[in-house]
Amino acid sequence: MVAVNDQSKAAGQTRSWQSRSSGFLRTYGLQIGIFCVLLVIWGIFVVGAPETFLSSNIYAAYMSTIPFFAVIALPLTMIVIAGEMDLSFPSIMGVGMVAFVNVWALTHSVLLALIASLVMGFLVGLLNGVIVVRLGIPSLVATLGTQFFWKGFVLVITDAGGFSLVPVKGTVLRQALVGRAAGYLPAQMIWAVVVAVLVWVFLNRHKFGAHVYLIGDNVESARLMGVNVDRTRMLNFAILGTAAAFGGVLSSLEQSYFWVSLGDGYLLKTMASVFLGGTSVFGGVGTVFGTFIGSLIIGAIEAGIVAIGKVEILGLVIKLSGFWTQLIYGLIIVISVSMQNVLSRRLSR
Amino acid sequence: MDYILEMKNISKTFGEVQALRQVDFAVSRGEVVGLLGDNGAGKSTLIKIVTGYHRPDPDGSEMYFNGRKIENLSVSEARELGIETVYQERALADLQTLWRNIFMGRELTTRLGFLDVRKMRHETEKLMVGSMGFTSSAVASDSVVKTFSGGEKQGVAIVRALHFDAELIILDEPTMGLSLSETKKLLEFVRGVKEARKSCIFIDHNVFHVYSVADRVVVLDRGAVAGEFMTKDITLEQLMDKMYRVAQTGHLNGNGSEQTG
Repeated sequence: MVAVNDQSKAAGQTRSWQSRSSGFLRTYGLQIGIFCVLLVIWGIFVVGAPETFLSSNIYAAYMSTIPFFAVIALPLTMIVIAGEMDLSFPSIMGVGMVAFVNVWALTHSVLLALIASLVMGFLVGLLNGVIVVRLGIPSLVATLGTQFFWKGFVLVITDAGGFSLVPVKGTVLRQALVGRAAGYLPAQMIWAVVVAVLVWVFLNRHKFGAHVYLIGDNVESARLMGVNVDRTRMLNFAILGTAAAFGGVLSSLEQSYFWVSLGDGYLLKTMASVFLGGTSVFGGVGTVFGTFIGSLIIGAIEAGIVAIGKVEILGLVIKLSGFWTQLIYGLIIVISVSMQNVLSRRLSR
Repeated sequence: MDYILEMKNISKTFGEVQALRQVDFAVSRGEVVGLLGDNGAGKSTLIKIVTGYHRPDPDGSEMYFNGRKIENLSVSEARELGIETVYQERALADLQTLWRNIFMGRELTTRLGFLDVRKMRHETEKLMVGSMGFTSSAVASDSVVKTFSGGEKQGVAIVRALHFDAELIILDEPTMGLSLSETKKLLEFVRGVKEARKSCIFIDHNVFHVYSVADRVVVLDRGAVAGEFMTKDITLEQLMDKMYRVAQTGHLNGNGSEQTG
């Protein structure tokens, strides 16, 4: 009798171990998948252009430019998980910088200017949230509108003229934001990691993130169980606005100039990072790690293609140039997202 | 009478539609009240007012919980008062893990709102072995609810209502989609609620189920109370007969004379 008990217990243990391992794959499968995609692309680059990709310069360049949209893609992940979309963040980058340069001109304090731009981003993001939640307008439509409005606002206020940030150059805060740690590592990369950690903690270890997942998964259930849906949604947009302003500051400080065109070209890259990272457009599913890797892939492709220069397929020499970037972006996005879809269906069975 | 819940003169209008008309409804401590009525009678609207999901029309509606007057009740306030609900639509988030579903809307957190994930997982595992009786090895606290069977999902919704030590448990069509043995278990669970001196509102289309567990039956029809009976004073046949007549005529005895209940 005892022996039988022991046996069944042992069987139970192995079974629970098995279910745990399949649970591991189920939970992390997509993240492992996207990481493999990154490795494959990197491998192709190293083979295709060893002199570029085996030197450290290219990585310093990547780490200086990828953070500008990575710090926005990370909180955008929370918006998409909640089942929403935001198209206005490229414009918010500019709005934040308008606040930055005005406060800078007034006070000559980089810190106050930075705070002003973040507060501005928060408020503009919050306004998106209010329009979506209180007026019940779908976020895609609402932010399509606010995207135009704030872009126009920037153009009108600045009279379409830029603003030099060269006087900011010597300041400590600029060094802390976009300087080079140890003369090599771009500080903005450290900030991107900080933002990633913050977003991860809020998404996975805080009530706010728990509610973001629940709302994106089944908003009616969330309401029935007492989740404060409206507040979570509005705060979500406000967080993205703040992050967009921050991305705008990083990018402008790096270039020591505020271009009114700031934000142009960010929309699709940033969104692509989120979706490449395995976040579902239907909401309820998505990871910070995925988006982070997604931004690395999106950020690496252009320079990689140019560096490779030409490829030979079956004796046919194809000369690669910057013109190829979009075509290859498209290929990688469509293939990866299709793979993820197949993979997640397999894993959830 | 020692009422846990007392509702007076409750009306609810959605635009042009009056879902509830001056409904009086009360539940005593340790009482199981069956709520019967056809589709559209206003059962779900009534309980969604109790759970804070809907607000009653402002003029004249009054609500008391444990003798205290309740105004502008929200869902989370209702849950804090000790009102837990197993909704007809189950109110689960399919793509999330079991432990996130159990603690949905009532996450265990530090004062700053950070989740105590370890404790929530641990509690969920305890519940799975104890109350849910999950024997399937495929189910763990990290399992995604989407993979559960209908009965298992209902089990999750019920265990969730139980876990928070509710004073008043509302079951809205809980037997829907359950197997025979699962239904039997559910009815036993309702009797257990009563033994623990907790109260229960039980909504079901199946008159047999309601009759077998309820102390009192309230019949709603077209947004108003058509009548109420103690189950000990009435046979199942009589109840069925009355239900049928209500559906036909809107009155319990066919002539409308016994509407006072």
